[in-house]
Amino acid sequence: MNDVAPIPQTSARSGKPRGTLIEKHWDPITRIVGNLGIFTKIDFQNREVAECYSTSSVFRGYSVFLKGKDPRDSHFITSRICGICGDNHATCSIYAQNMAYGIKPPPMAEWIINLGEAAEYMFDHNLFQDNMVGVDFCEKMVKETNPGVWAKAETTAAPHAADHGYKTIGDIMVALNPFTGEFYRETLVMSRLTREMFSLMEGRHTHPSTLYPGGVGTVPSHQLFTEFQTRLATYAEFMKKCVPLHNDLFDFFYEALPGYEEVGRRRVLLGCWGAYNDPDKCDYRYEHMSDWGRAMFVTPGVVVDGKHVTTDLVDINLGIRILLGSSFYDGWEQQEMFVTRDPLGNPVDRHHPWNQTTIPRPQKRDFEGNYSWVMSPRWRHPQTGEHLALDTGGGPIARLWSTALAGIVDMGYVKATGNSVKIYLPKTRTKPEVEFEWQIPKWSNAIERDRSRTYFQAYCAAAAYYFLQRAFAELAAGRTRTWTEFKVPDEAIGCGFHEAVRGVLSHHLVIKGGKIANYHPYPPTPWNASPRDVHGTPGPYEDAIQNTPIFEENGPDNFKGIDIMRAVRSFDPCLPCGVHMYVGGGKTIKTIHSPMFGVAHQEKP
Amino acid sequence: MSDGGVPYGRKTQKAPKISELHVLWLNDGMSCDGDSVSITAASEPSIEDIVLGAIPGLPKVHLHNRVLSYENGDEMMAYFDKAANGEIENFVVVMEGSIPNENLSGEGYWAGYGTDPATGQPIKTTEWLDRLAPKALAVVGIGTCAAYGGIHAMKGNPTGCMGLQDYLGLGWKSRIGLPIVNVPGCPVQPDNFTETFLYLLRQLAGLAPMIPVDELGRPTWLFGYTVHQGCDRAAYYEQADFAKQYGSRKCLVKIGCWGPTIKCNVPKRGWIGGIGGCPNVGGICIGCTMPGFPDKIMPFMDEPPGGVLSTNLIRPYGALIRNLRRLTDRQVDKEPKWRHNRAEYTTGYDPGRPEKQHPVNVPSFFRAENKPE
Repeated sequence: MNDVAPIPQTSARSGKPRGTLIEKHWDPITRIVGNLGIFTKIDFQNREVAECYSTSSVFRGYSVFLKGKDPRDSHFITSRICGICGDNHATCSIYAQNMAYGIKPPPMAEWIINLGEAAEYMFDHNLFQDNMVGVDFCEKMVKETNPGVWAKAETTAAPHAADHGYKTIGDIMVALNPFTGEFYRETLVMSRLTREMFSLMEGRHTHPSTLYPGGVGTVPSHQLFTEFQTRLATYAEFMKKCVPLHNDLFDFFYEALPGYEEVGRRRVLLGCWGAYNDPDKCDYRYEHMSDWGRAMFVTPGVVVDGKHVTTDLVDINLGIRILLGSSFYDGWEQQEMFVTRDPLGNPVDRHHPWNQTTIPRPQKRDFEGNYSWVMSPRWRHPQTGEHLALDTGGGPIARLWSTALAGIVDMGYVKATGNSVKIYLPKTRTKPEVEFEWQIPKWSNAIERDRSRTYFQAYCAAAAYYFLQRAFAELAAGRTRTWTEFKVPDEAIGCGFHEAVRGVLSHHLVIKGGKIANYHPYPPTPWNASPRDVHGTPGPYEDAIQNTPIFEENGPDNFKGIDIMRAVRSFDPCLPCGVHMYVGGGKTIKTIHSPMFGVAHQEKP
Repeated sequence: MSDGGVPYGRKTQKAPKISELHVLWLNDGMSCDGDSVSITAASEPSIEDIVLGAIPGLPKVHLHNRVLSYENGDEMMAYFDKAANGEIENFVVVMEGSIPNENLSGEGYWAGYGTDPATGQPIKTTEWLDRLAPKALAVVGIGTCAAYGGIHAMKGNPTGCMGLQDYLGLGWKSRIGLPIVNVPGCPVQPDNFTETFLYLLRQLAGLAPMIPVDELGRPTWLFGYTVHQGCDRAAYYEQADFAKQYGSRKCLVKIGCWGPTIKCNVPKRGWIGGIGGCPNVGGICIGCTMPGFPDKIMPFMDEPPGGVLSTNLIRPYGALIRNLRRLTDRQVDKEPKWRHNRAEYTTGYDPGRPEKQHPVNVPSFFRAENKPE
């Protein structure tokens, strides 16, 4: 038996006695990528979520069928893990292969990959923010869930109307209505423009055609970079409207619904694995990974309670643990250990991805036992030994937080200050230069995750200006080679660290006899959507939704769960690499005064 | 306007044979949702064009796709239930992702979509397909996974998954006689899908004949040609000028491109808005539209087995043609000698003989006779 905490008998927020719990579920959660269900028990008297379970109902088996394949195929195959950020996987796989093959791509290749990945973030955050998350804040939804808030929105002037053109908050909400809303449609068009930018660098979206270990197949030319640059200017102009629009919308929610900061709030436990390698520093050698990791243009780090535990990729690597507890897999204690020491001589744990063997065991879903195809990745705190359920906050909040605190990044266009990130966008067609400053927020909650997303879009536009400058310089110097030749070694190991759009991404590779002996990718969503682990620690969605207050005006009968939806979507769930909410037909279950639901977890690694 | 405000031209507009169509999108095969994401990139037509009725004469489309749906959970799944119970007459099923073999999942499941209120267990994606396919006007496979199995059906896979025609059976026809329509690609090229979908809408509206597809369900106007036939690097192949490393502008066939034998229009169409693609922009073709993908193409970065013979056969021809073209190029790369800024005519024009003709001199053996074909 696990020591899973029972549902407390009193409300965590009000301290009042626990009310009648009603089961509610949402399966599938829509407007995300992949299959996610969220199952909850809601205390309508105290207006809060008492308990939450997150589950995914799809298994595909990448780590199983990669075994025995040619390692050079791994980026083509792992790209197919995700249909919205496949290129992040391909890139991360190439990073891991570069390490395993002992090669370093020419700098031009790195600038092309950085430009491609910047375009991916610009596209993906954009589409998710305003075609998926935005719908939770649109007129139609707000009218259905909080008529009182809608009435206030209609008469509240938007403070930055001059920047974005919408006079009231209500006007912004109307513009976010799916398909009929003006801003919704403008976002779709921008998502195409940015995918054109992406395709210039990486060939196709979402599974790139021009990425290879050793570099890229893209042919650098004045035309290539000019076509990127003109589109970047259009996007930068859009950002000058997009950032103030979201600030107005999100600030309004704090004002209209006092206490909204508690929605989706959890302890600050953020992970970021770093993005954008600097070819001046990165040689892909594990032995130098601490240094080139810190030189990335988004600083890797683990942030606990607002402070960095580390910014060292070696620490990050060694701390990763893959736990079971509620997942449909067998343990791998009896299987082969592939890597006992890392190239620096540090011991590598049996539950580290390098040593994992995936053994699927399909079974019935049982919320008191195993209930998800997602495993439970955790990060072991080197000082306290705790297995932390880190989240990525959907990516941007963790990236900005880690980068801001570290104070290392300085591209001119982007500068980390130690407590903020300054983002500069030069003059565009009709708008003057602008500097945005992302400040470390007071909370890790739904609204701040969403707000950070918009700022990170601007961050990437600014970074792309810098990368373009560097690419043009390479071109002018005649350094146009984009690929380094290599031979696949008979035996090797590699690891890649990157940021998928929605957060941390790692690929761990073991080669034996020239073939893949083990391959384990860990994208952000297993971290965020993980179920309760063997220690009983809930995954971040579960944790963030439990105790979330309910602001929706609807009662149990026509409850939409909008606050829960906003909390879940703030993590940018992407479950090919999920959450279901469950409204179980409004079935009333008895008030729980003793440990029951979720305590009977089987003993699993 | 006249006649009580009814515009004259309205007589050109005809009501479609069916007025409304529901699109039930089964996202939860074993997929990456890459095809749903892909269609948001389409512009020929765009998803807004379809949903908002930008093209006249077509039925009103209600799209139920998990990635884009306004509703959540049971509210979204209610449409699937209604259709399966015969309460929605006109609907099309779009399958995304490989279809798992649930005969191998025991008491569990490989892929589920929604929760069964009676048991609290996920409803298997295959159950939905079993219930919906017989009542659908058409079943469409989006992407290679749904069409033929794709990546997840690779050798050594634990789920035993497959494509639509493996599951429904080759030769399957919908209740109104439509074959399975497959738009392969990994992911699907955005416009390839929306354009095929537009064809189906036109057909269902009564504006177009039966959709032309080949024996594997592919629209013939999109998949009747090879990558090579649409590739702007095919000229390098013709001249036996092959890239030895990635990043070259030349033909990629020696470093893993399968373009000469793969049915796909991407180099011609580009990936989005005419931009991007595969071999045309430096990416080897890995045959991602094909039923044999990926196993028959791996390892991707090696030369295709047939490439050794064909590239060697073309070498002597390519070398000769390359040299002859170099000669020609040397000629056309120079201006005619009569262009100068001196105070004299050297163009052949004679002010004293304005009636004189000035034919162009071409060596006769280089000139083709002007015969009508």
